[in-house]
Amino acid sequence: MKIDWIDKLRFFLHTQAFCLAISALQFAFQPERAYEIPLVYSVFIGTCIWALMDFGRHLFPSAAERGWPEGFGGLALPLTTIPMGYVLGTLLGDSWFGWSTWEQKSAGQLRVSVMITAIAGSAATYYFFNKSRSAHLQAQMAKANQQAAEAHNLAAEARLKLLETQIEPHMLFNTLANLRALITTDTDAALQMLDRMNDYLRATLKASRATLHPLQTEFDRLGDYLALMAVRMGPRLQYTLDLPPELAALSVPPLLLQPIVENSIKHGLEPKVEGGRITVRARCTAHLLTLEVLDTGVGMAASVHRSASTAEADSGFGLAQVRERLTTAYGPVATIKIVANYPTGTGTAITFPCESSQK
Amino acid sequence: MTPTALIAEDEPLLAAALKAELTRAWPELHIVATVGDGASAVREALARQPDVLFFDIRMPGVSGLDAAVDLADVWLGPKPFPALVFVTAYDEYAVQAFEAHAVDYVLKPVQPARLQKTVSKVQQVLSSRGSPAMNIEAAMVQLRGLMGGGSALAMPSVAPLKVIQASVGSTIRMVPIDEIIYFEAADKYIRVLTATSEYLIRTPLKELLPQLDANTFWQVHRGTAVQASTIDAVTRDEAGKLWLNLRGRAEKLSVSRLYAHLFKAM
Repeated sequence: MKIDWIDKLRFFLHTQAFCLAISALQFAFQPERAYEIPLVYSVFIGTCIWALMDFGRHLFPSAAERGWPEGFGGLALPLTTIPMGYVLGTLLGDSWFGWSTWEQKSAGQLRVSVMITAIAGSAATYYFFNKSRSAHLQAQMAKANQQAAEAHNLAAEARLKLLETQIEPHMLFNTLANLRALITTDTDAALQMLDRMNDYLRATLKASRATLHPLQTEFDRLGDYLALMAVRMGPRLQYTLDLPPELAALSVPPLLLQPIVENSIKHGLEPKVEGGRITVRARCTAHLLTLEVLDTGVGMAASVHRSASTAEADSGFGLAQVRERLTTAYGPVATIKIVANYPTGTGTAITFPCESSQK
Repeated sequence: MTPTALIAEDEPLLAAALKAELTRAWPELHIVATVGDGASAVREALARQPDVLFFDIRMPGVSGLDAAVDLADVWLGPKPFPALVFVTAYDEYAVQAFEAHAVDYVLKPVQPARLQKTVSKVQQVLSSRGSPAMNIEAAMVQLRGLMGGGSALAMPSVAPLKVIQASVGSTIRMVPIDEIIYFEAADKYIRVLTATSEYLIRTPLKELLPQLDANTFWQVHRGTAVQASTIDAVTRDEAGKLWLNLRGRAEKLSVSRLYAHLFKAM
């Protein structure tokens, strides 16, 4: 058990001040007695009660958390420590003065000192009980605040990471470089590319907040991204987006396919000298929606080549993020399957329950 | 004499843009070819012997850096080895490495002022060029710095591998590392060669190398790592290229210029 010595010192000093006040009161009522007498007894009795109570409460397991024992122990603690402290303190005081209270004092005086101890002890107990409870509540609040702050930080960090994977700096700068090239040679194409990029960026930024959007929107955004990439890669990138009209209104988590298509380009087609084709398609069977991304790139065996590099780590994060979002949204029903595409390339299939759009 | 250049850039628009900017920054420069991948870059550079190479770092197939090394290995002249300028989009680490090893580079999107600076530097280099051999060696020192920096970052693995596990049909053969004479990359596989047998494994060389004891196995080429103690002799051919004779294997292994500095008489 850890004992907070600063806390103990604080309570000890509080006790001393309280004892001084009690002895001053006693002196005020009985000025004919030497001030030393109430002072010594008050300090000894008060200190004994404090020591017994403040250290004794650690014997109760429930006190460790809340500062004060719960239930029966909460009552038993003062009821035992106050009489014990009284007897002990009185004996100490007696040895200080060299007499015996029990033999000298009249029954009335004894009653008075017992009463003073009982009242002062109860008042002090109540004070300390309150103090430790409020300290406990404050600590709890601080803990809750800290937890909330940590949770908030985690969420913010995750969102930032998501954004970073979606707006990869390399992709952004390459697109800008292309745009710069197009502005002088083909203004119309430059404008078109700029619009696509606008849509893409807006969708990406919004996607880190929205929870669902129609499948049609998902395909539109993939279209923007692929169009941007097609400007960059020229004839090396061919693509097909195949969305049956009856599925267009289904709700899906936004930009779910984006990291997968990005992987297909980054690890499938970009490393391949002659380029290739990406096909994205959707189908629904037995209330399960399957979204597929197929590419004719270098394929998994070859793309594992770069698994040690940061590029692969990015894609790992991309896929992990897709998997996490799916699990959060649909639980274990949702699956991701990654297979080799025939004759070359990689195929990724995501399956989860169909949900019609609320819009 | 008109200076000539070759551009290797996989994104057609960016290649055109670089060409246009170069025309403005260096009107007398003649672009002899524009290619879209590393392998074509090596082939065209060899055929057309340009004075300057603008190589994009990220290209399909062979990267710009690897293409430069490959070209140095096959360059026979007659002209001096070209001045190298790397082209890259946002990539903090690459730029840091370029700066550290005084390698010329251009950032995409290409900005006229920055390009002008690079052009002046290259013009200076071209006017004070030494012998072809010296040029290649200077380029190799730079590339060694660039690429060595990368491999040094790849953490040495916990403990070097003791055996290589290669599947042969439905069984897995455990090949003791001491028996292996060399590893050689072949398409999607690595050939593992001992004195008597050959195995195929799928682990790429880039991943395998950090798991090997660097004192035992030496990388001598982009695709080759050889057990140093099995090297019998190192010979230099007329073109200045190094070849390794091995104990236990009849074939000779060629040493890339990038790793030629490993072989020196003590």
